[in-house]
Amino acid sequence: MTLTKALTGLALSAFLMGTAAFAGEIVINSDQSDPTPKKAMEELIADFQVKYPDITVKWNNFDHEGYKAAIRNFLTADPPDVAAWYAGNRMEPFVKAGLFEDVSDVWAANGLDDQLKSAASSMTIDGKKWGVPYTYYQWGIYYRKDLFEQNGITPPKNWAELLAASEKLKAAGIAPFAIGTKALWPTAGWFDYLDLRVNGYEFHMDLTAGKIPYTDPRVKAVFEKWAELVKPGYFIENHAAIDWQDAIPQMVQGKAAMYLMGNFAVATMKDGGLTEDQIGFMQFPEITAGIPMSEDAPTDTFHIPAGAKNKEDAKVFLAYLASPEAQAKMNATLGQLPVNNQSAKPTDTFLEAGFTMLSNAHALAQFYDRDAPAEMAKAGMEGFQEFMVKPDDIDRILERLEKTRAKVYK
Amino acid sequence: MPHDPQPARFWKRNQMKIAPYAFLAPGAVMFLIYVLIPIVQSIWISFQDWDGLGPKTWVGLANYVELMDDDTFYVALKNNLLWLGLYLLAIPMGLAAALFLNQNVWGIRLYKSLFFFPFVISQVVVGLMFTWFYAPDFGLFSQLIKWLTGSEVAILADERYVTYGIIAAGLWPQTAYCMILYLTGLNNLNFEQIEAARMDNARGWRLLRHVILPQLAPATFIAMVVTVIGALRSFDLVSIMTAGGPYGSSQVLSYFMYEQALSEYGYRMGYGAAIAVVLFLIMMVFITLFIMRMIAQERNR
Repeated sequence: MTLTKALTGLALSAFLMGTAAFAGEIVINSDQSDPTPKKAMEELIADFQVKYPDITVKWNNFDHEGYKAAIRNFLTADPPDVAAWYAGNRMEPFVKAGLFEDVSDVWAANGLDDQLKSAASSMTIDGKKWGVPYTYYQWGIYYRKDLFEQNGITPPKNWAELLAASEKLKAAGIAPFAIGTKALWPTAGWFDYLDLRVNGYEFHMDLTAGKIPYTDPRVKAVFEKWAELVKPGYFIENHAAIDWQDAIPQMVQGKAAMYLMGNFAVATMKDGGLTEDQIGFMQFPEITAGIPMSEDAPTDTFHIPAGAKNKEDAKVFLAYLASPEAQAKMNATLGQLPVNNQSAKPTDTFLEAGFTMLSNAHALAQFYDRDAPAEMAKAGMEGFQEFMVKPDDIDRILERLEKTRAKVYK
Repeated sequence: MPHDPQPARFWKRNQMKIAPYAFLAPGAVMFLIYVLIPIVQSIWISFQDWDGLGPKTWVGLANYVELMDDDTFYVALKNNLLWLGLYLLAIPMGLAAALFLNQNVWGIRLYKSLFFFPFVISQVVVGLMFTWFYAPDFGLFSQLIKWLTGSEVAILADERYVTYGIIAAGLWPQTAYCMILYLTGLNNLNFEQIEAARMDNARGWRLLRHVILPQLAPATFIAMVVTVIGALRSFDLVSIMTAGGPYGSSQVLSYFMYEQALSEYGYRMGYGAAIAVVLFLIMMVFITLFIMRMIAQERNR
């Protein structure tokens, strides 16, 4: 009796699972484990269900850190229909391994080449699009407006002005730049921007793609500019001992004036007690005149795995995700920027500034640890940190990085 | 049992022979599955290039050749030796604490438990506490240094001091561990011998050196073993306090292995396994010494 019951149940559930897949079910794997991203994702799925009631969405939400390991397993073992990942070189291993589906048709059919223009190059490998970007945020220099005013400084527009401002601040007993390099990645923001401004986007991409040796004089030129800030002590002391958040109090207390960071730092600064009037935002100043301004804007994306069972409906989902309305709503919750340039402008001051800056950018880099392969990024960022402590050892550091480069890009 | 004598007779005849193996079997099987097979597997993987996902490629000794040319490896090796040397300080420090606490005064139990406390709390907590202790600006230790010398030193951000800083954090619980081993040893002292020694006018240092320490030899031996092994597998403190930084200067072999094989920036299983094999060989030197000593002792008995 119980056996037959169990068997019927089993058959029934197998039957249900079978039919569900037929009637347009898509499985989404993503890593929105923090409260805000989770809420944004829940809203997105709910809105999608209202618009497409005949497609059922099954969402597997992974832990943010665990996802990086999990995606390597599920893409081959049990691919979902849609998977979250990142743009640029971070998606390259999966594209090269044939694990992501070419979605150029979704871009063409929905006019995305135009609407998502700013992120198009970072979604393209071998002339094809491999996913849909839905959010990014800007990087730039956040500064204490009131400290600038007190010392008679206007936001620097070029390198000479930045050096002059730093000198003035230092003389007033204020460290020009806050930074915490314990977690290594904050150093990469500096390297990215200096390289983008000294050598330009194309060079930076070639470097992170392993096509240029680290011992190249153009790479060394980047560090020479950097040394102009490191050697006079324009960064706060003991930055290697602290995380990026731990450097914020120095800014709040008025001991440091500027911070090259992602837009998420604003929330931490406000939590620390700074008001919106005290915080200013500026684009990283020009260094080599004539090089078009490119920015760091880490982009989050969704992809269709090559082994997905329901690619038709997955493409419907990606098209919806790319739409101006969906992106505007989702990013309003996230506190980040929509990639779609038809989306309603964000109301927040800093986001608005970032929106304008990124919309006019020549190109967007994804951040050093996403543009360069993981192993190179780790060695590189360690080198940047060491350079910020021992700027005179630059030749030895670059030789070490070159050794790693030769090993990583085989 | 006339109708079925065979089994009973077989069991009776061989009972003495079989029983020890039967009792050993569960432990031996576990040891095989969880220790021996993984060791062989690790050695096998160390000859491959493998990202943990795709196919393995046989590369022979390439991983070891690369390791011999890797600067980080030598930094880690040097730090492991430092750990090994300085961690042994836990033994005399533990002995001193044990001798100090081995007296009958009111409230001694409370003191004993306070001294034992660092061993009970998790290594992760020890690491966090010392990180704050050393933290520039607000850490107690850096405040003290500032007060004494006038300038601030960020222990965990300075390549000269960082490994010593972490070892000091590790010594705190390790001393407590050695202290406990010695306290139990002190409880089992033969008092007649001590009385006799006292009558022969031995006291203080000579009493300790010639009468008490020899009796504590078993405790010293165990303390040596756990301390050496603890020093070689130091991982949690490095991971919590510095993650091998600044720029890899506090790296140790066990953390280096984890970073290469399992962290976000790694997934080089073969290379990680090669590091593990090297660490295993270093440990084997000590394990062999200990086992030889143990066998020698058992023969003497």
